[in-house]
Amino acid sequence: MNRSIISLKNVSKLYHTKIDEIFAVKDINLNIEKGEFISLVGPSGCGKSTILSLISGLFPPTKGKIYIDGQEVTGPTRKIGYMLQQDYLLNWRTVEENILLGLEIQKRLTTKNRNQALHLLEEMGLTSYKDSHPNQLSGGMRQRVALVRTLATNPDILLLDEPFSALDYQTRLKLEDLVVETIHKHEKTAILVTHDISEAIAMSDRIVLLGKNPGHIKKVFNVPDPIRNSLPLKARNVPEFQNYFHLIWSEIEDDE
Amino acid sequence: MMNRYLTKGAKSEEHGIFLSKLRLNYIYIRITQLLLLIFLLGTWELTVKLKLIDEFLFSRPSKIWDLFIEMLTTGELQHHIYVTLLETVVGFILGTLLGTILATLIWASPFISKVLEPYLVVLNGMPKVALGPIFIVTFGSGYTSIIAMALAISIIITTIVIYGSFKEVDPNYLKLARTFGAKKHQIFFKVILPASFPTIIATLKVNVGLSWVGVIVGEFLVSKAGLGYLIIYGFQVFNLTLVMMSLFIISIAATLMYQAVALLESKILSIRNR
Repeated sequence: MNRSIISLKNVSKLYHTKIDEIFAVKDINLNIEKGEFISLVGPSGCGKSTILSLISGLFPPTKGKIYIDGQEVTGPTRKIGYMLQQDYLLNWRTVEENILLGLEIQKRLTTKNRNQALHLLEEMGLTSYKDSHPNQLSGGMRQRVALVRTLATNPDILLLDEPFSALDYQTRLKLEDLVVETIHKHEKTAILVTHDISEAIAMSDRIVLLGKNPGHIKKVFNVPDPIRNSLPLKARNVPEFQNYFHLIWSEIEDDE
Repeated sequence: MMNRYLTKGAKSEEHGIFLSKLRLNYIYIRITQLLLLIFLLGTWELTVKLKLIDEFLFSRPSKIWDLFIEMLTTGELQHHIYVTLLETVVGFILGTLLGTILATLIWASPFISKVLEPYLVVLNGMPKVALGPIFIVTFGSGYTSIIAMALAISIIITTIVIYGSFKEVDPNYLKLARTFGAKKHQIFFKVILPASFPTIIATLKVNVGLSWVGVIVGEFLVSKAGLGYLIIYGFQVFNLTLVMMSLFIISIAATLMYQAVALLESKILSIRNR
């Protein structure tokens, strides 16, 4: 039908409690092309994280269907790598043992895959820490280890759930560049959930603005080429950046 | 020579002064502890000798020591110590092991956990010692009853504490494992169990104490050997020297066992968090 790597068709998710039912998201339609970097932005409670969980197959949609490579999502798949708000490294494992967690769980811990994971660690400049324990690393290093752990299973799609939110500003900017570079280099498709509009503009190709009550897609922005073609840190200096920021900002303001 | 020890490893003169203060303080504490022990035992011995308290009821340290040496020579004491130690070690290992397994079952099934909840509350509240007669009619008058007693005292609290630590693991770790497609048993063995390991080791420490209670009470109720048996026997024949000696051995053995588990704990935790 279409060539999208991810496609959501009329997806709704209801949460039930004893006394109520709440629409987390309603009638989401979204197609994402291979190699695209998409950001989901919007106010708290607009269902950004719910959409990621649905795509990753952690729980099924109440209505509608989600397809990855044309196949319906029924549970977690190896095509997807998920990065959480914090690194959640297991502190009893060394860095090396941490990055191999996914491969271990998927029973794919071959010499080749292991070497690939170690190579990724090298790309992140962390080889010398491979026998260290997570509590010996800084926040930025820990999140880089978490990135390696996500990439080690070689997923086609990366779901990034505010992965920089727990970091200080400088570390965050550096890591944004690193993530974008890595994702382009390894030709991954990525969906980023963020509160930070400038982060969304700097990193992505398309920005999906969500509204709340219930969560729905309000508007989709195509990020202009000059911004798109620069790494996040430089993109912030592109002349169009400020105008674009205000454009999206005013759109969110309307909602409040 | 003394001064050399006191300032060993000092980085400067001031550091040396600091270290000597620290070490002198340590030495004073140890000396005072020893003096206190000598004082207490001495007072005991003396008041009995001066007939201020009744030797028949309270015995005296030198008599206890003589009995200790005598029973060691005949080899009788070793047997009693061995029996009690064996029962205690088996009791606390089984208590920790079975408690962990029970906690695992409860964790694995929210349904079972909800069904068992009131039972656990009642069992936890009940004084397990009261079950003694039931164990004796069920398991007979051998080791089994006594080990069952030790087990009964430790297993429920172990289950509750370890299940609690399973539940306390940050759900985001479970989410992480599930995004990799982890099955329930993988989540358990890769995340839940290792994360709860410090709690399990800590329970081991608690269970050492609980098992001693269980074993001694068990031996009071039914036994032919063991330190608890010696106490009851000594009481019945009014040999209070035997009772006192058994008490000393129990406190020393229980302390040593506790220290051994504490050492094991720090060893294991330091390997884990190098």
